Amino acid sequence: MVEVTQLARPPVAPDKTFGLEAISMTKRFGDFAALDDVSIRVAPGTIHALLGENGAGKSTLVKCIMGYYAPTGGQVIVGTAERTIDNPRDAHALGLGMVYQHFTLVPAMTVTENLVLARDTLPPVFDWAKERAALNEFLDRMPFRVPLDAKVSAISAGERQKCEILKQLYLQRKFLILDEPTSVLTPQEADEVLGMLRGMVVAGELTILMITHKFREVLAFADEVSILRRGRLAGKGRVKELTPDAMARAMIGAEELAQAPARAGAFGAARLDIQGLTALDDAGQVAVNNVTLAVRAGEIVGIAGVSGNGQRQLVEVLAGQRDSEAGAVAIAGQAYRARREEMRLRKFSLLPEEPLRNACVARMSVAENLVFRKFDEAPFAGAGFWLNRGQFRDEATRKIARYGIKTRSADTKIGELSGGNVQRAVLARELSEGVEVLIAADPCFGLDFAAVAQIRAEIMDARNKGAAVLLVSSDLDEILELADRIVVMFHGALVYEAPAAQADLTAIGRHMAGH
Amino acid sequence: MTFAVTSKAIGGRLIGDRFASTAEVVVIPVIAVIAALIAFGGFVGLFGVNPVELYTDMYMGAFGTFFSWQNTLTRAAPLILTALCTALPAQLGMVVIGGEGALVMGGLCATAAGLALLGAPPVVVQLAMAVAGMAAGGFWIAFAGALRHYRGVNETISTLLLNYIAIAILNHLVEGAMRDPASLNKPSTHSIGDQNMIGLIPGLGVHWGILFGVVAALIAYILVFHTVFGFSARIAGGNLRAARVVGLPVGKLILTMCFLGGCSAGLAGMVEIAAVQERANANLAAGYGYTGILVAFLARQNPLACIPVAILLGGIGASGGLLQRRLDLPDASVLVLQGIIFIAVLASDTLYGRFKIFQSKAV
Repeated sequence: MVEVTQLARPPVAPDKTFGLEAISMTKRFGDFAALDDVSIRVAPGTIHALLGENGAGKSTLVKCIMGYYAPTGGQVIVGTAERTIDNPRDAHALGLGMVYQHFTLVPAMTVTENLVLARDTLPPVFDWAKERAALNEFLDRMPFRVPLDAKVSAISAGERQKCEILKQLYLQRKFLILDEPTSVLTPQEADEVLGMLRGMVVAGELTILMITHKFREVLAFADEVSILRRGRLAGKGRVKELTPDAMARAMIGAEELAQAPARAGAFGAARLDIQGLTALDDAGQVAVNNVTLAVRAGEIVGIAGVSGNGQRQLVEVLAGQRDSEAGAVAIAGQAYRARREEMRLRKFSLLPEEPLRNACVARMSVAENLVFRKFDEAPFAGAGFWLNRGQFRDEATRKIARYGIKTRSADTKIGELSGGNVQRAVLARELSEGVEVLIAADPCFGLDFAAVAQIRAEIMDARNKGAAVLLVSSDLDEILELADRIVVMFHGALVYEAPAAQADLTAIGRHMAGH
Repeated sequence: MTFAVTSKAIGGRLIGDRFASTAEVVVIPVIAVIAALIAFGGFVGLFGVNPVELYTDMYMGAFGTFFSWQNTLTRAAPLILTALCTALPAQLGMVVIGGEGALVMGGLCATAAGLALLGAPPVVVQLAMAVAGMAAGGFWIAFAGALRHYRGVNETISTLLLNYIAIAILNHLVEGAMRDPASLNKPSTHSIGDQNMIGLIPGLGVHWGILFGVVAALIAYILVFHTVFGFSARIAGGNLRAARVVGLPVGKLILTMCFLGGCSAGLAGMVEIAAVQERANANLAAGYGYTGILVAFLARQNPLACIPVAILLGGIGASGGLLQRRLDLPDASVLVLQGIIFIAVLASDTLYGRFKIFQSKAV
C-alpha cells in the first residue's frame, strides 16, 4: 500500500514551473452541484485569475485540485501528465501550493519558526543556526524579504501575506493557488505583493492561479481569466481582450439587479454626534482611541480601514454591544446610550457584519426575528405583555414578499437561510420603518451580487430620505461607491478625512497603512 | 405504492417546520431514556437480576397501584418546582443548578415565618410561609444572577457552591438557634403545627403541592412563550449580541428570570415543610433540587414538559423501595439509573440536527 502511494508521486519536487489543467471538474454535494463540468487551463509562467461571485464554485474548484475534496468527476493534468490527487500532501509533492485568504501562521512564533515548521518532515531536534543560515540563503534569492526574527504578531498584514507566499516558495512549490490574497491588504501592499509575484512569473519561476473578485487586480496583473457562475464556467479569455463590463456580465449573468437610486437631497444638521469616544477590545487594549465624528442628516460617512483597526469595537459601542471607556454619543442633540427606548425614539437602525451572529437568533423563526424591534408594542403586544402571534405572521408575510426573502415559510428557523437572505431579513427589520440614523458595518460581506445590489440600494435610499448613515467597511470600493465623505481609521483613531468627490486613493491607502 | 410515496413525502418534505422540530425534541430524549434503561438493565444483570423482572417491578412501584401513584405524585411535586429553577434561567442560556440550595433556603425561611406566626389563622400562616419561601429562594438564585451579570461569575459554579452554603446554614440553624430541644436523634426545628399543614387533595391522597407544581409550570410556560418578557428572554438566551443590538435590558432579564426560578424552588421547600415534614431538618436537603436539574434537561428546558418528566422521575424514585424489598437491590440503585439517564440525555444533545427526517431542506 505504502509503495503504491509513493510510486504515484514524483521522486523529487519539480525544479521548474509547470502548467495545470482541470478537465470537466464536477463536484456534487447531495443533489447540489457546486461545480458542474468546469474546465480551465493555466499555461506555465502565467497568472491566471479565477473570477466569480460568492458561491460560484471558485473555492470548490481549487479545493478539488488541491485534494481537499474528492471531485465527483473530472481530471487534473499537472504539467504534462494526468495525476490523481487524493489529499493535499499529494498536491504538495507535485509542487502545488496554496495560500489561503486567512493567515495560517502562528502569531506567537517568529517568522523563522513558522517557515521551518511548515515543512512536511521535521527533525527531532532543530539546529536553529543551520536553519537560519539556510533561510537567509533562500531569502537572498527572493525578490522580497521578511524580518526573520520578528514574531508574526508584531509584523503587518502585508508582511504576513509575504510570509505566507515565502513559505510556499521555501517549500519548493512551483505552482501557487492564491485565495483572495489581497483581501486583508491595503491597495499599496496588494500592488507590492502582486507586483513581486508578477516578476517571478515573468522570470519563469512560478505559475499562479489566483481567486479574486477585484477587477483592478485582474486587469493589472493577470494574463488570463476564467469566470465561474453558479458552478459553471461562464467565460474565459485573455485579460487584454476583455473589458471589466464584459467580465462583470459573465459573473452576474442575466440576473436582474436592484438599481441604486441616484444621490439626492442636501445635507441637514449633524444628527449622529460622536465625541471623544474611547473603547477597549476584548483583551483590554485600547481599540477605539478618542474618536470624534459627526454625521449629518442625508449624508453617508464611510469609515475605511484595514480590518482590525478598531472599526468593529466602534460599531459595537454604537450598537450597544460594548461599553465605552470615555466620550459620548448623541443623536439629534440628545445623549444616546443604546437603550431600547432611545433606539425607538431616535429611529436608530443597524446593519451589522455577520448578521446571524450579531442581529439574529438562529434557532428562532424568520417571523420572530423580523419583529425583534417592535414585538413589545402594539399591535404585536396586546395590553403591553401578551404576544399576538397572528400579527407576527402577518408582518412576516408582508416583509418576506416586499424584500424578496427566500424562505420556505415564516416559521423556518432563520439559521437555515442563506447569508444573503438572513441579511435581507435584517434589512427588512431595520429599514422598513423610517430611519434617522443607520449604522452599517460590512453589510455586504460574503453576499452575492443580487443581495449586495439590493442592500446598497436600500442604504442609498435611506440616505436620500434624510437618514444619517455611518458606513464601516473593509471594502474600499463599497465606500467609494456609497459614501459622501470618507474617513480612514488606523489603530483606533481617525487619521484622514475627505469628501468622496475629492478622495485620493493613494492618500487613503497611505493612511490605511498608517503613513 | 401510493402509501410508499406518501410516507416518503411525509418523511422528507411535507412535515411542517414546527412539527418537525417538535417531533425532534420529543423523540431524541425518549431514545436517550430508552438507551439509559438498556444500560441500567445490563448493570443490574451483573448482580444477577433479570432486567425484565426489574422493570416490571419498577413499573408496579411507580405506577402500578393507587398507592404507588400517590407516592410518585408526592415526589413529583417538588421536582416540577425545582426543575423550573433550572428551566427558567435556561431560557437566557444560563445553566443554574442551585435548585437544592433555593429549596433549602425556601423551606428554612418558610419554617421561620410559620413559627413566627404560630397562633395566627392557618390561611395567614400558610400564605406567609409561601411568600417567605418564594422570596428566600428567589433572592438566593437572583444573587447568583447578579454575580453573573455584574461580576462575570459563572452561574453554574456559583449556584453549585450556594447549594453547599444553604445546606450549611440549614444545619447550623437546626442544630443551634432554631433547634427544638425535644428533637434528640435528629436535630429539628419546632413543628409548625398540625393545623398549619396544607393537607391532601380530597380523594387523591396526594398533597396540594402537586397542584402548585402544575400551576407554576403552566404559568412559566405562558410567561416564556406568550409574553413580551419571555420573548425578550428567549432573544437574549438565543444570542446575547442580538439582544444588545435591539436594546433589550439584559441585566434586568437575568435578575428577574433567576428570581422567578428561585421562587419556584423556594416554593418547593415550603411545600416540603408544610405538606410533608412539618419541621425543618436535614431531610429538607433530600436531593429534589438535584433531580430537578435532570428533569429540566430531560424536558429540554420546556416548563410544560417538566410536568410529565417530573412524574416519570418521581416514579423512578418511588420504585426504589420496592426494588429493595423484592429484588434485594440497594435503595441507591435508582440513583444509578437517574445518573445514567442524565448522562444519556446530555450526550443525546449531539444528536440534534443529525436525523434527516427532522430536517427541513435548507433554502
